[in-house]
Amino acid sequence: VSAALTFLTRRRHPGRWHWTDVAAWTWLILGLLLMFGPVLWLGLSSFKTRAALAEFPPSFLPLAQAEMQVTGHAAPLPLFRVRLPDGSETVLAQVRRVGIEARMVDPADPSRTFDVPISERIPVREVRLAWGNYLEPLARFDFLRFFGNSLFVTVVATAITLLINAMAAFALAKYTFRGREAIMLFVVATLMVPLSVILVPLYMVVGGLGLTDSLWGVIWPTVATPTGVFLLRQYMLTIPDEMIEAARMDHASEFRIFWRIILPLSAPALAVLAIFSVMWRWNDFLWPLIVLSRQDTYTLQVGLNAFAGELNVQWHYVLAMTVLTLLPVTLVFGFLQRFITTGIAGTGMK
Amino acid sequence: MGRVGGAVMRIAALPFDWVQARFGRPGVIALLVAPNLIVFSVFVVGPILINGYYSLTGGAALFLEERVFVGLEQYRRLLDCRDFADPLTCREDRFWIGLRNLGVFVLAKVVVLTLAALATALVLNRRLRGRGFWRAVYFFPVLLSPVVVGLIWKWILQRDGALNALLVSLGAEPMLWLAEPGWAMAWSVFVSVWAHLGFYALILLAGLQAIPADLHEAAAMDGTRPMRVFFRITLPLLWPSLLVVLVLATIRAVQVFDEVFVLTGGGPGTATTFLVQYIYETGFAAQIRNLGLAAAASMLMAGGLIVLTLAQVLLTTWRDRHGAVR
Repeated sequence: VSAALTFLTRRRHPGRWHWTDVAAWTWLILGLLLMFGPVLWLGLSSFKTRAALAEFPPSFLPLAQAEMQVTGHAAPLPLFRVRLPDGSETVLAQVRRVGIEARMVDPADPSRTFDVPISERIPVREVRLAWGNYLEPLARFDFLRFFGNSLFVTVVATAITLLINAMAAFALAKYTFRGREAIMLFVVATLMVPLSVILVPLYMVVGGLGLTDSLWGVIWPTVATPTGVFLLRQYMLTIPDEMIEAARMDHASEFRIFWRIILPLSAPALAVLAIFSVMWRWNDFLWPLIVLSRQDTYTLQVGLNAFAGELNVQWHYVLAMTVLTLLPVTLVFGFLQRFITTGIAGTGMK
Repeated sequence: MGRVGGAVMRIAALPFDWVQARFGRPGVIALLVAPNLIVFSVFVVGPILINGYYSLTGGAALFLEERVFVGLEQYRRLLDCRDFADPLTCREDRFWIGLRNLGVFVLAKVVVLTLAALATALVLNRRLRGRGFWRAVYFFPVLLSPVVVGLIWKWILQRDGALNALLVSLGAEPMLWLAEPGWAMAWSVFVSVWAHLGFYALILLAGLQAIPADLHEAAAMDGTRPMRVFFRITLPLLWPSLLVVLVLATIRAVQVFDEVFVLTGGGPGTATTFLVQYIYETGFAAQIRNLGLAAAASMLMAGGLIVLTLAQVLLTTWRDRHGAVR
């Protein structure tokens, strides 16, 4: 429609907007606000102090009361914009507050003091990032450990997935043997079985192998993905058999053929699978939630959920930790965006 | 780098070359397939097969050999209702409430998601400056973890949150969005659509780009109105991709858990508790775990998914036989 429409509208009324242009741009702007807005808001909020977060209505930027070091006072004093009895406005530093009166000094000349009714002063605010939100909870929310656990699961699971899926896919694509069709049927049949319907028996199997509360209990059930085998096999089918025959003529071993010919030529498919595997494993929640019950084995997602549940009111910490959790994926996406979106459009999987 | 790669290859090659020398090519094939097949059998096929038997057992033990065979008792318990129209008359009322909620959720999500993804794909398929950027905008939330998605929206929807601030600035009353059953369900659907929209829009975009351009050019030559072009050319040709989207979206929606669990915790009360959460809580999170009951519920869910998948397959073949473009 759209290509035809732009064609149409351009030819007939140059420079005029067709209603479909208006609708399209409305949708795009709405999308921009809705898709990025919440994440931006999360980012800004995560830098607000606890007091600033409790404000309603909230300010857009992370603001905090400005403070200033005044000679004669040990601690920095908060600054206020004050209307003086003569009607003039000035910025004063507050020494202390007594009832509805505030004792204030002129920061430029600390010897001049004023007693101001608190209704006549407004706090001076400036953008200040509350880095404490990020640093303080690290003691209680063992971010580095959770991050390490998530990283371990993601990297190891992806490496194993790529290796064993590629091996199986190679055998299924390039050899004829008895039982090949049966295995393929198997693979396709289980493509549609979600983990959520085999939670109980899987938990028993993992428990029987002594893998509960172990990161390996999270890794193993996810690595033999039928999706991965299927994707890689379809890709390897396109590699011409002549190349393999030629290599055999040169007395290359079967493994050498796999490692030196098949793997390099399947690089695009392997890359797509790697990206997906990283995404899946980094974001997994339900299965780790069931398998991991000891806090030192938590992955980032399970840890963050538990942290948010424990400290329901301490939003300033929860928000900062949420930002840290989404940061790695966002950075990867920033670099590989084009690759990821075309990969998904090409294979239709997630 | 090259030297390390060579060393890795030489070590990895050892078992394969030994097997090849000893058993020839069939040995290599077996060695290639074995790791995947073993892991797959133990962690996927095994559990699938065990699940049925597991659902026929009771007791508190985890391992099958220590469990008591109880026949269809767990299923009887799940299906024990005085009045099937009212979940509260059922013995396992949470199961039935979960099912009813799931029905509402799946229907709402699939409809909203499909329409929104279609609109997005149509817009992204236009001749657009910076199309890559716009595609990324819609795709970005797909990458976020469900926990992050749930927390972001919980933060926005809370009492002193950004949405209420916006409403107050427009002169409206603030709302407790997640404390009111109807709104909690609506926001669950919205957040779930928000998180997955980009993925389905990409599938539809690929479908749109596969439609030959000359069809649209011909329609433009004839001065066909845009709505007519959409309903007579675009939609029929996009139908296969739309069907894929419908199938995937439905199957995924049935399994909803993560983001809604973090967003609402299944509440208020049980207003956004769905089937997977029932299974999770019955089997793993309750004071008294009932793994047999959870297994029985997941068998019923698997049955439902099979029926859904078969229905979609039948629909596809029926459509193919009767022709797509009319």
